[in-house]
Amino acid sequence: MKIGLVCPYSWDVPGGVQEHIRGLAEALLELGHQVSVISPADDDTPLPDYVVPAGRAVPVPYNGAVARMAFGFLSASRVRRWVRDGGFDVLHVHEPTAPSLSLLACWVADGPIVATFHTANPRSRILHAAQPILQPALEKISGRIAVSEAARTTLVEHLGGDAVLIPNGIAVRRFEKADPLPGWPGPGGALGFVGRIDEPRKGLQVMMRAFEILGAQRPGVRLLIAGPGDAEEALEGLPAGLLPRIVLLGQVSEEDKIRVYHSVDVFCAPNTGGESFGYVLAEAMAASAPIVASDLEAFRRVLRAGAAGELFEPGSAAGLAAAAGRLLDQPALRVSLSAAAAAAVRAYDWPVVARDVLAVYAAVVPGAGHVAVAR
Amino acid sequence: MTTVIVVVVALVAVMGVYVSWRAGRLDRLHARLETARAALDAALVRRSSVAMEFASSGLLDPATSLLLAGAAHDARSASEARELPESDLTRALRAAVGQPGFLATLTGREDAAELLTELEGAAHQVFLARKFYNDAVAATRSARRRWLVRLFHLAGGAALPEFFEIDDSLVAPGQGGHGADMPRLTS
Repeated sequence: MKIGLVCPYSWDVPGGVQEHIRGLAEALLELGHQVSVISPADDDTPLPDYVVPAGRAVPVPYNGAVARMAFGFLSASRVRRWVRDGGFDVLHVHEPTAPSLSLLACWVADGPIVATFHTANPRSRILHAAQPILQPALEKISGRIAVSEAARTTLVEHLGGDAVLIPNGIAVRRFEKADPLPGWPGPGGALGFVGRIDEPRKGLQVMMRAFEILGAQRPGVRLLIAGPGDAEEALEGLPAGLLPRIVLLGQVSEEDKIRVYHSVDVFCAPNTGGESFGYVLAEAMAASAPIVASDLEAFRRVLRAGAAGELFEPGSAAGLAAAAGRLLDQPALRVSLSAAAAAAVRAYDWPVVARDVLAVYAAVVPGAGHVAVAR
Repeated sequence: MTTVIVVVVALVAVMGVYVSWRAGRLDRLHARLETARAALDAALVRRSSVAMEFASSGLLDPATSLLLAGAAHDARSASEARELPESDLTRALRAAVGQPGFLATLTGREDAAELLTELEGAAHQVFLARKFYNDAVAATRSARRRWLVRLFHLAGGAALPEFFEIDDSLVAPGQGGHGADMPRLTS
C-alpha cells in the first residue's frame, strides 16, 4: 500500500506527535508498505529518506504551548505537489485541527483520508470557535483515530462525530537495554524526571517540592533531570544544601535519554494535565523503570490502574514524595513494578499498533479511489 | 445606476460561487457515505462467510456449528432491516467463542488459530466500518439540515441516510481486551 503521512510539527524538534509519526512510518515500512512523510523542516536538516521537507517552520502559540508549524501559500503548494506526485492509496494526517500542514493537506486532497487526533483539551475555546473553518476540511476525513479516550472526548465534544481509539505506539526494542550514566543510580537512591523543565504541565515544580521533602528525610537521595529549559528558574527557591544533589542534564540526545531511564531507581511523571498519552511514561516503561506517576486519566490507563506503576494525586508534592519514598524503601516492590511496566508496554509496541492502523486503512480505502489533488 | 447593477451582479456571482461550493461539499459527503456503506457491506459479508467457514470447519461441536451456520445464513440473506440478523450473528459468535474453555480446546488444532485470527479480524473490520459509516451519516445529516442546502435543494432526491446500529463486539462489555477499543479475543 502507498501511504502518505502528514506531520504538523517540525521534524527536527523532539515531540510526541513527531515521535508517533516516525514510529508508525518505520513500522509500516517494516511491514512492507511504501511510506512518504511530509513535514515542516529546514531544507538543510538531515532527514530520513522517507521524509519530504515542506519548508521552514515558524514558532506559534497553540494549545497552550509553543509549536513549530508550517503554513501559508508556500507550504500549501508543496503539499499539493507532494499529493499529486505521491499517488497515495491513503492519506493519513495528524492533528488536522492545528493550523498546520495537516489542515492544508485536507484542503488540497480528495480521496481516502484518515486523521489521528492527539490533543486532549477539554476547555479548548479555539476548537469551538474555529469549527466553521475546520468543518469543510474535517468533512473529507473518512476515518478518525484518537490516541486516547481523553483525545476522543475532546474531538466528540468540540467537533461532533466519533473516532476509534488506537493508542500511541512505542518502539519498545530501542528502550530495553542501555548502560546507566556513570555513577548512577548510586547508593543513596536516585529519582528521575524527563521533560521540558519550563513547561508547567510537565510538573517539574511538583517534582522539586517533593524532592525537598524526600531530600530532608534521606541524606543520600539524588535527582536526575533531562529536558530543555531554563535551569536557574527551575532551581529557584530550593534550599542550597539540596542543590548538589540535583543534576540537570539539559536537552539530551535520544541515546542519553534512554540511559537516563536506566540510571534511576524511581522514575517520576508528575504531569499536571494536558497529556493525552504520555510518551515519556511509556518510554520509561519500555526501559523497565519503576514508575511513580500523576493519577491522570491517560496515565491511569497506560499503567493499568496502578498495577504497572504507583499513582498519586496530580499536583500533590506530598503524594509524590510518599509514593517515591515507598519505592525507594522496597526493592522488591521496584522489581515487581518494573516487570509489570515492561509487560504492560507490550500492548503499545509499534508493530502491534501499526496493524490496528492498517485495519483502519482497509476500512476506508476500498472503492474510494486514489488520493488526488482536489478539483 | 450602473454601480448598483455592478454590485448586484457581483453579489449574485459571489452567491452563486458559494452555493456551488456548498453543493460540491455535499456531493463529496454523499460520495464518502456511499464508499463507507460499501465498505460496511463488504465487512458484514466477510464476517458472515468466516462464521460460515467456522461452522463447517469441524472444529466446533454440532450444536454450536448449527447455531453459527443458522445465524450466518440469516445475516447473509437479509436484504432490508439487516440490523437485527447482524446483531443476532454477533450474539451467536459471542456465545460460541465465549463458552468456557473454548480457546483452550482450539489450541494446538490445525487451522484453528488461522480461523480464529480471521474471525477476529473480520469482526474488527465490521466494528471499524460501522463506526466510519455512522460518522459519515452524522456529517451528512448535519450538512443537510443547513438552511442553504434545504433552500436550494442541494441534496437533490437523495434519501436521508440512516445510522446502522448493531451489537458488534465479540467480547461481552467490560471483559478483556486492549489495543484498539474493540475488545480482542487473543492477547
